Amino acid sequence: MAVDLVVAVDLVVNTKNLATINSNRNESILPVIEIKDAVKRYGMGDNSIYALAGVNLRIVPGEYVAIMGPSGSGKSTLMNMMGCLDIMTSGSYFLDGIEVSKLDENALAVVRGHKIGFIFQSFNLIPRTNALLNVELPMAYQGIKKEERKSRAIKALEIVGLSDRLSHDPSELSGGQQQRVAVARALATRPALLLADEPTGALDSKSTADLLDLFDQINAAGRTVVLITHENEVANRAKRVVHMRDGKIISDEINEVSIK
Amino acid sequence: MNFLEMFRFAFGGLSTNKTRTSLTTLGIAIGVASVIILIAVGNGSSLAIQKSIDRLGTNTITILGNRGGFGGGRAAAARAVSSQPLTIGDAVSLNDSIKAPDIKQAAPVVSTNVTCSNGANTSTPGTFDGTWPSWFEASNTSIKVGNFFSNDDVTNGHRVAVIGNTTATDLFPGQNPIGQTISCSGVKFTVIGLTNLKGSNGFQDGDSLVVAPITVVQRSITGFSNINSILVQAKSASVQNNAQTEINTIIDARHRIKNVNNRDYRTLNQASLLATSSSNSAVFTTLLGVVAAISLLVGGIGITNIMLVTVIERTREIGIRKAIGAPKRAILSQFIIEATFLSLFGGVIGVLGGFLGSHFTIVGVKPVVVPSSVLLAFGVSVLIGLFFGGYPASRAAALRPIEALRYE
Ligand SMILES: Nc1ncnc2c1ncn2[C@@H]1O[C@H](COP(=O)(O)OP(=O)(O)OP(=O)(O)O)[C@@H](O)[C@H]1O
Ligand SMILES: [Mg+2]
Repeated sequence: MAVDLVVAVDLVVNTKNLATINSNRNESILPVIEIKDAVKRYGMGDNSIYALAGVNLRIVPGEYVAIMGPSGSGKSTLMNMMGCLDIMTSGSYFLDGIEVSKLDENALAVVRGHKIGFIFQSFNLIPRTNALLNVELPMAYQGIKKEERKSRAIKALEIVGLSDRLSHDPSELSGGQQQRVAVARALATRPALLLADEPTGALDSKSTADLLDLFDQINAAGRTVVLITHENEVANRAKRVVHMRDGKIISDEINEVSIK
Repeated sequence: MNFLEMFRFAFGGLSTNKTRTSLTTLGIAIGVASVIILIAVGNGSSLAIQKSIDRLGTNTITILGNRGGFGGGRAAAARAVSSQPLTIGDAVSLNDSIKAPDIKQAAPVVSTNVTCSNGANTSTPGTFDGTWPSWFEASNTSIKVGNFFSNDDVTNGHRVAVIGNTTATDLFPGQNPIGQTISCSGVKFTVIGLTNLKGSNGFQDGDSLVVAPITVVQRSITGFSNINSILVQAKSASVQNNAQTEINTIIDARHRIKNVNNRDYRTLNQASLLATSSSNSAVFTTLLGVVAAISLLVGGIGITNIMLVTVIERTREIGIRKAIGAPKRAILSQFIIEATFLSLFGGVIGVLGGFLGSHFTIVGVKPVVVPSSVLLAFGVSVLIGLFFGGYPASRAAALRPIEALRYE
């Protein structure tokens, strides 16, 4: 109990320090993500749950952020918000300086397609549609010509090591392979922002390592990566780790291990 | 995203979900086909009834005597004390253009049951009538080969006969009966005519028929006592009721009938027969229409079910598509093209199936396709397919991606 308390106090102090450090460090750069006082409430009246209870988060281009926290702490809710898949009850979200809540359906579709690559914990591939077509799909919606999107899809699948599985349906692929197809799909559109909700949750240690290497490369190429994880090994690869609890960010620190 | 691309997406969707595609198509096709066939059966049977009534002639009235007639007999004779039989004189009196202006002609008929033979071949005609030549027109009987007998044949008592097809094949299998001789109840007749096929009216084979001059039949077989009936032809179907009144006036006077409720003769009016049977066939058609409507409903529910069962899966899929940047317009057009194609394809197959099925005789009825039923069945099924294919998709497309992904 005493130890917990000490840790908690320590965390609060840390958060304060880091917040100042972060804001000093990033002040001059235009953030890719800026979330202010985000609140997400489910249900009404006495039954209402605050999945997000006032979250402030600022991520600048090129960052590699891991979000951690206990189950139900609001990580996925926050991630869905960042991916423009869901809307918040109150607060504001600026993506590349544009306030997302002001965008209409069509503009949102463009943002989802062009700016964001979203990787779901449960893959979310289109069933009965082969790997190549799944990867091509977002590009098709962007109006990219068949030949170009095909070559880009093949390249993306090559990067994730699935050159020999182009014509396999999701049901014919292992969990790890499906997740890699999902990664290829997110990468092929060359998004500035890669969001991944527990991308390694269903993977073994080898697949996890491969995927994380891939994320490192993507980040090294200048893209912003935000991922959710429960595993310290995964979080350790990130340059910044955000901890959540009960819909709030309780710590936000530079990852010393990764930096060195 | 261009139009061609949307088509490619829609057909991609159809070919990747083969079970759903074929079930939906089948559901629509069966719905359409069953409605077309059912209505065709109803229509076919009412047309068949109509045809057999038309064949009887729609403007004839049959007068039956209580004595010696079909339903007469002793009981009736005992009731009507002053009962008189029908006579040739009654028939003559009806052929009166002044007293009976609406009657075209009336022919006396003596009927009997005899067996006819040609050597070893025998036949018992369902109808063996002795009458006048005017009977042929009044009874709507036409000649296929040979001639009717003439007034001269009646006057001079020539032993000639006109026979129907059934009697002809019984007595002269594989031969031309014209000019041959048949022997009926020991009386020899020369066959001078063969009637066109009349078919069956459901009770009686209209082609099991021998008709001869009344004089010959009376002299040689029945005797000169009474006649059984008089066949009256009205000038047209519309004056049939007038003709009926004229018959009653003339015969009542001749038979000295005091109480019209106690006549010694009866009349059978084809118009009333027609009215009954056409109202019967109207009931029948309505009934089949109801059955068809129910089958359309059942077909529609089937289509709806197949469409709704896939809604959860489709909604999730739409969630994924939206999450990776599909504009609402692209999703809508994909699913509407899919639903349109499925419905039209199923509808066309159903129409073809309906026409094909209507070629077969179903429970003794030759179905006749009603064009409007084709349109109705096709239209309703396609609309159902379109609505239940398009509506859930458009609803899903309006959801936030995360809601669509979590839909259950
Ligand atoms: N659609 C919803 N309706 C009601 N409550 C919801 C809904 N979605 C999420 N919640 C609630 O919001 C809270 C945060 O959920 P969230 O999915 O963000 O958690 P999480 O941090 O991602 O957890 P996990 O690590 O288990 O994935 C939870 O208490 C959850 O019950
Ligand atoms: Mg989660």
